[in-house]
Amino acid sequence: MKIGLFVPCYIDALFPETGIATLELLEKLGCEVAYPAEQTCCGQPMANSGCQEDAAGAEAHFVRCFQDFDTVVGPSASCVNHIRYNLDAIEQTPETRKVRTVTRELIEFLHDDLKVTAFPWAMFPHKVGLHNSCSAVRKLGHVRPSELVYQPHFSKTEDLLKHVQGVELIEIDRPDDCCGFGGSFCVTDEAVSAKMGYDRVQDFHRHGAEYIASADMSCLLHMKGVIDRLKLPMKVIHLAQIFNGGPL
Amino acid sequence: MSAREHILAAVRRNVPRPAIPLPDIPSPFPLTQGKRESVLASFRNQLEVMGGKSLEVADGAAAQAKVRELFPGAKVICSAVPELPGTRRVEDVRDPHELHDVDVGVIRSPLGVAEAGAVWLTQGELVVNALGVLAQHLVVLLDPAAVVATMHDAYERIQLAASPYGVFMAGPSATGDIEGVIIHGAQGTRSLTVLFFRRGTS
Amino acid sequence: MTRAVDPEGRAERFIALEEHEATHDRLVWGMRQHRDQAVAAVPEWEQLRELASQIKEHTLTHLDQYLEQFEQNATKLGTQVHWARDAEEHNAVVYNILQSHGAKSLIKSKSMLQEECGLTPYLQKRSIEVTESDLGERIQQLSNEPPSHIVVPAIHKLRSDVAELFAKELGTDPTNTDPHYLTESMRNNARPRFLAADAGMTGANFAVAETGGFVVCTNEGNADIGASVPPLHVASIGIEKLIPRVRDLAIFIRMLSRSALGWPITQYTSHFHGPRRGGELHVVLVDNTRSERLGSPDFWHALKCIRCGACMNTCPVYRRGGGLSYGATYSGPIGVILDPGFDLRKYRELPFHSSLCGSCTEVCPVKIDISEQIYKWRRVVVGNGLLTITKRVGMTALGATLSHSTLFHAAESVGETALKILPRAVLYNPFNPWGKHREMPTVPRQTFRQWYLENRRKP
Repeated sequence: MKIGLFVPCYIDALFPETGIATLELLEKLGCEVAYPAEQTCCGQPMANSGCQEDAAGAEAHFVRCFQDFDTVVGPSASCVNHIRYNLDAIEQTPETRKVRTVTRELIEFLHDDLKVTAFPWAMFPHKVGLHNSCSAVRKLGHVRPSELVYQPHFSKTEDLLKHVQGVELIEIDRPDDCCGFGGSFCVTDEAVSAKMGYDRVQDFHRHGAEYIASADMSCLLHMKGVIDRLKLPMKVIHLAQIFNGGPL
Repeated sequence: MSAREHILAAVRRNVPRPAIPLPDIPSPFPLTQGKRESVLASFRNQLEVMGGKSLEVADGAAAQAKVRELFPGAKVICSAVPELPGTRRVEDVRDPHELHDVDVGVIRSPLGVAEAGAVWLTQGELVVNALGVLAQHLVVLLDPAAVVATMHDAYERIQLAASPYGVFMAGPSATGDIEGVIIHGAQGTRSLTVLFFRRGTS
Repeated sequence: MTRAVDPEGRAERFIALEEHEATHDRLVWGMRQHRDQAVAAVPEWEQLRELASQIKEHTLTHLDQYLEQFEQNATKLGTQVHWARDAEEHNAVVYNILQSHGAKSLIKSKSMLQEECGLTPYLQKRSIEVTESDLGERIQQLSNEPPSHIVVPAIHKLRSDVAELFAKELGTDPTNTDPHYLTESMRNNARPRFLAADAGMTGANFAVAETGGFVVCTNEGNADIGASVPPLHVASIGIEKLIPRVRDLAIFIRMLSRSALGWPITQYTSHFHGPRRGGELHVVLVDNTRSERLGSPDFWHALKCIRCGACMNTCPVYRRGGGLSYGATYSGPIGVILDPGFDLRKYRELPFHSSLCGSCTEVCPVKIDISEQIYKWRRVVVGNGLLTITKRVGMTALGATLSHSTLFHAAESVGETALKILPRAVLYNPFNPWGKHREMPTVPRQTFRQWYLENRRKP
């Protein structure tokens, strides 16, 4: 099985270590991974603003880059959510439909497809606050959403983290209250976004997190901005980096 | 075209398709939690959570005495219950405004609902509906055998359309409008006390 | 050109009031937590949700039949049924009823529909004295503000605000901020007005077609006062409030208050079937854009709403920015999907006053796809050319850049160079909203692509 590696635009630009970790991790797990170097973006930023016309170019380009793969894997729940459920600014050709069906988010790929039960090379002896993004919780089903109190608890991310030596998961007051990134929301509704970020970061800090870990770098980008402004003693890290044992 | 015709025509034009069928509501409604406590105990607990109180009394005389004991300063006790005469009979009231000075209202309820901690009162029992909301305090007589488990059961039992007014009253009037602090005695009754004794016990 | 509401600016001003925002977020999140506890005690909740959703969808897809059935049965009971196409007509009909009875004073219980129609100012202009009977609504009436929450209209106020307001309007002690004292003061102030009122007005939570009656749920019993004391009771009912049968009512009553405040039912669940002894009952069935929304495949599900407020309790944006930031009758997530339907120009910013977290969809007892509708409303705003110029230009530039790999890579280098070399004072300027409360991200040595080409590309 040849996997097409999807590296979201902001990860390419600002967090290459997440892309590197994803690539190395998949290879360590026995996958053959190809990286289409012409890829840019899945179209989410424009689409989330309702700008279908502006999203079309990126969406079409995305399909072109990945249409020959039978599996595509990307380390971003929000991007995969967009691809799977909202990539409709372009004509729904067989290629488009295929790409939308075969694109997998990293956590679900590891947990459901590869059914990983060990990361023997990984050690992470730290207090970790796990941040599951809203896309991960309510769209991709990584974790039971806290609203559905009558459902039994489950968490794919926790299941995977159990296989990493040394990880100490801390619990926070509001497990899945949105961090406030929300795409362009973070600048168009700046005061609300910042307050949401402050509250979330403080929740992690109050409970002793050394690292905030997530499958979504976009949330972490926003929270890191707050952490650094507040000069709090916390770091952010993508789960791919923990599972891969680096790079940090 | 009248407003009525206009609206109905617009609705007919716009009803979404496909039409959705009316789902079956199983009766009795399947509750997935096993009830460990009795329906009566459940009712009493929930009534207390809603801010009400409940007491057992042996008969009408005991109920009368209890009302005097609970409200020693009450000047006007307006009763809709023959077994418990107050100072004023609700049947003598011509206009709801006359009830503005009622300290304690006494009514019999035909039905209690455990999951809600609520008593059912209609114009039949109240005679003058305003008695239920103008009285400063309410005492409600309830037969302990007349308590059902859920709202499903309650709606099945009552003849909803038979009375112009019917209210499920769960505890006294309440509000949380100021900083979420729960206050009892907002606009309606300040307290609700349920006295359990069987109807017909004199 | 209607001036657009600026929810972001309003939210910013509320957030600047630190104690107000912190209290508001804590109290409203508290309501979400109470809802969670109440729902956890009902293991069949998802089954109830599914039934509630289907009952509403069935009713709406057969709405004309149920409206006619309701009218027929209500009329049999002696209720007088009126119809109103829009807000103006509703107000005129109500005024007509009041006038023909010589009614000069009115007590009202909470009705979002009446708020939507602007009934109170309409009547006041025509010399009818209107008193809100719900404590929260009265607080808002005295403050000249709309309600900020469907269930607890003054939840954005601190007790000190209410004390100050009551001191001014009711003559209470301005230093006494005890909610018990304040509530008791309002009780004593309002009671004489209730006793003197010529008419009482209510809304309705549900209208039952099978019986021709309707249901009003309150915690204060104020609807009951309005209905049982004055000889005239007028109820405004949106046409979407219809449900078919009494047995359907049980489902909704079990879900409404649990979703709203975490209680199994409201203190008063009041049913009206025809006029009371010695009284008269009028019902006004109101359309006001509802039939139009019915015809919208994307948005008609919003008509299922039972006005529980669970969506606003869970909404992270609502909790921080406050209900008044929406500048409309309906606030929170349900407001975001309803208000643009009333006035797209005025409310064009509301769909963007959301992080699309999706929590609202999960708590909605009738399974409205609220978050998905918010997303769709954004497309409607853009499609109607109403996106603000800064957003428009930004998105077009971004879209163009991200469509072509060369452009994208060029933009990356420019951006990163800028981040690397620009001094702090330049980076963190008023035009950079990110930088107001956050540090800019640090720049890596290479992009992923550069790293890949350097380390992995086969020669």
